[in-house]
Amino acid sequence: MSAAISTRVHQSTLDDANWVRWSLITIALGFVILFLCVPLVLVIIQAFSKGFGAYFSALSQPDMQAAMRLTLLTALITVPLNTVFGVAAAWAITRFEFRGKNLLITLIDLPFSVSPVISGLIFVLLFGAQGWFGSWFVEHDIKIIFAVPGIVLATLFITFPFVARQLIPLMQEMGSEEEEAALSLGASGWKTFFLVTLPNIKWALLYGVLLCNARAMGEFGAVSVVSGHIRGMTNTLPLHVEVSYNEYDSVSAFAGASILAGLAIVTLILKTLLEWKQTNRATV
Amino acid sequence: MSILLSNISKNFGQFAALHDIDLEIPEGELVALLGPSGCGKTTLLRIIAGLEQADKGKIFLNGDDKTDLHVSQRGIGFVFQHYALFRHMTVFDNVAFGMRVKDKKVRPSEAEIAKKTHALLELVQLDWLHNRFPDQLSGGQRQRIALARALAVEPSVLLLDEPFGALDASVRKDLRQWLRNLHHELNVTSIFVTHDQEEAMEVASQVVVLNKGRIEQQGSPAEIYDYPANEFVSKFIGQTNEFTLEHQTVDWFKHIGLLISEQSKVAHVRPHDIEIAKSTNNDTPITLKDWQHLGALIRIELMKNLPNGKPKLVYVEMPNEQFKRLQLNRGDKVDLKIRHAHWFN
Amino acid sequence: MSQSRIMPGFRPTVSFTVFYLSLVVLIPLSTLVFKSFELNFDDYVNIITHKRVVAAFRVSFTTALGAAVIASFFGFIVAWVLTRYSFAGKRFFHALIDLPFALPTAVAGIVLATIFQPSGFLGKFLKENFDLQIGFKPAGIVVALIFISIPFVVRTVEPVLQEFDSRMEEAASSLGATRWQVFTKIIFPNIFPALLTGFALSFARGVGEYGSVIFIAGNLPYVSEIVPLLIITKLEQYDMPGATAIALTMLVISFLLLLLINLLQHWVRKRSGQL
Repeated sequence: MSAAISTRVHQSTLDDANWVRWSLITIALGFVILFLCVPLVLVIIQAFSKGFGAYFSALSQPDMQAAMRLTLLTALITVPLNTVFGVAAAWAITRFEFRGKNLLITLIDLPFSVSPVISGLIFVLLFGAQGWFGSWFVEHDIKIIFAVPGIVLATLFITFPFVARQLIPLMQEMGSEEEEAALSLGASGWKTFFLVTLPNIKWALLYGVLLCNARAMGEFGAVSVVSGHIRGMTNTLPLHVEVSYNEYDSVSAFAGASILAGLAIVTLILKTLLEWKQTNRATV
Repeated sequence: MSILLSNISKNFGQFAALHDIDLEIPEGELVALLGPSGCGKTTLLRIIAGLEQADKGKIFLNGDDKTDLHVSQRGIGFVFQHYALFRHMTVFDNVAFGMRVKDKKVRPSEAEIAKKTHALLELVQLDWLHNRFPDQLSGGQRQRIALARALAVEPSVLLLDEPFGALDASVRKDLRQWLRNLHHELNVTSIFVTHDQEEAMEVASQVVVLNKGRIEQQGSPAEIYDYPANEFVSKFIGQTNEFTLEHQTVDWFKHIGLLISEQSKVAHVRPHDIEIAKSTNNDTPITLKDWQHLGALIRIELMKNLPNGKPKLVYVEMPNEQFKRLQLNRGDKVDLKIRHAHWFN
Repeated sequence: MSQSRIMPGFRPTVSFTVFYLSLVVLIPLSTLVFKSFELNFDDYVNIITHKRVVAAFRVSFTTALGAAVIASFFGFIVAWVLTRYSFAGKRFFHALIDLPFALPTAVAGIVLATIFQPSGFLGKFLKENFDLQIGFKPAGIVVALIFISIPFVVRTVEPVLQEFDSRMEEAASSLGATRWQVFTKIIFPNIFPALLTGFALSFARGVGEYGSVIFIAGNLPYVSEIVPLLIITKLEQYDMPGATAIALTMLVISFLLLLLINLLQHWVRKRSGQL
């Protein structure tokens, strides 16, 4: 997905007839409002349906707090790891020629095309009681599945490509001439990276981190499979939302949903800002 | 610093970009690597810089074998075709970069760096732009900043890749002169790559003509022009007329003053080495077709009917005044006289 | 590999990349493949051809297909409107398109369920006035999948529309074409590859979608049970071979779709090169 799409109107001296224009706008906006705006509004309505008091007490429940902590922890581990990977992979792929490079690019995209449930299943197969390494872990009383490590691993898998996918096209387009210039002026590899490459990719990097984080915090399907749904221990916030909903505790469910929706909105705002920064910078 | 290249070869997959290049460049020269696209000149430049690795051969800079040294340690300055200025840094920071990334032990103080940077920017007459960013500069300005940046690290050899290729014609002309003057001032051994033979002849003190990965000739502009080593150089540099031997024209050759030797097959004649006069003989095969004003010179197109019936164009150049005195018109029959020719096999 | 000697960091970055990739992606994925080899072929076929499994595949594929078609139609209009017209609040709507990307699937799931279930405000409205039930029916799955498909279509078509050379439209107009003809003969054929790619991406995503679907779907076996849910059910029953077999089949199908999408994207890039 292209990161920087401006909202300037496509220039054409030919205009569609007014009636065409307005009907299309109505259809488009109607569609968007129905499918996108209404859900957001509904989250707020439902969350506060029993008043502010109920909302805040739902948020301070220990299970809810534990879920939020777990979600945060997962993000704090997976996002930096995948960011480091993304940068290393982008450097390797865009600055060198080697056999198998195209295969590597395709493999990096793999987690995107795998269904979330399958993404969780593979870790159950690997570390579950009947899994390959399962018995070794049971003997050493280390729990992977139905425990936090499993959740982290599944999230790591799911959010794997995000940063790399933002950096690779950008660095490919930028070319390596500035880095070659820095090297010719006597800079070492690290200096070249930090003083020349990093400033040029910083917006795309932030953008990738943002998307990675949003997905890490919001992942549901894969985490659902590996977590075991143990209240207070292995429920992330999205899982807590599911559990509450299934128990008809709608205030709790939508309170949790409101946090996640808020996160989504912040992500969208930051995303728009970063896109704007990128297009403005791209006049070079 | 003098440069010696010995037996340099480079292949890109199946394609042989450079074959066994031997090249020696004395200190202080301003050398042009000249040739058509694909001749290997940019590859050669990048190999000297260390931005490419030769498959075979050695590179000596000032007597030291630098073949295996990384580009960051060769002490060269490189100016890229599209300048490669650091887009996120000001002009000042761009030029100061090379000094700032030096090892702590040898790094000058910020004050010294600032002094030197401003001095360099003064040298290229752009100190007033020191706070701007590259995207706010014109092409010619970027070119000069790129040069200042490369000079900041006091390189012993300066390498420029098609330095004027991306610029407007008028800017190009000015910068050529400017580069030549700068070189006189600084006296750093410099090599630049170009496909424009006029540029090479105008700017360089030594020209190396390359074709298909081989050196065709190396010499001063005068030597290359007056004594081309082979057909390729003769045709590539300046204008030529080609006359090939066909049996019936042997007499005609003698008639126009061309001496034939046993092995020679083709004569190359420069347009200004041909004299023409109105012909009194109506059987002459040469007609004056047209002429073009090129400022101080006139280029005259003559048409000659070959024995096989096809027409051949011959180009003659002479000063305006001289042409006026001849009082020729389009369609007139003319006689040729060749003053000087180069024969090739 | 001479280039590796000039740009620094070849060995560290390439080896780290391959190492991390293997650790996080390849080894786990290959577990699925190897585990399925523990099944013999007959068992595999039996599992896959079981009525409930076939039904689940049918539900997943038909709903994903329906959703992709509808999303492509409306998504195209949205992309058109966003690139060609200006109106108040356009920036806002433009940013909003990515909401399904940013919003966790579970949140989308419970919200859509609440709206469309028979007691929800739209669910009630549709039931009473059109006798149409969306919640707890396959139609609900389609609705949920449309929600998550929107950004795929819009974001794939938008850049191509944006880059579209309007001089072609001007040329066609000057030759006498009506606006509709310009659209059908000039604009649409050039946008079509991108639209098809968006469609394929939505479809691929829709087939494997879980979180946004399970709340609204009803999840009745044979009727509204999707494949991911079936896999989880098998897991909960400790039927590892069952879960593995179904997952492997899904994986193979996903990869084939991925291949198709890559080919489509290649086609799009080639065509835009000619634009």
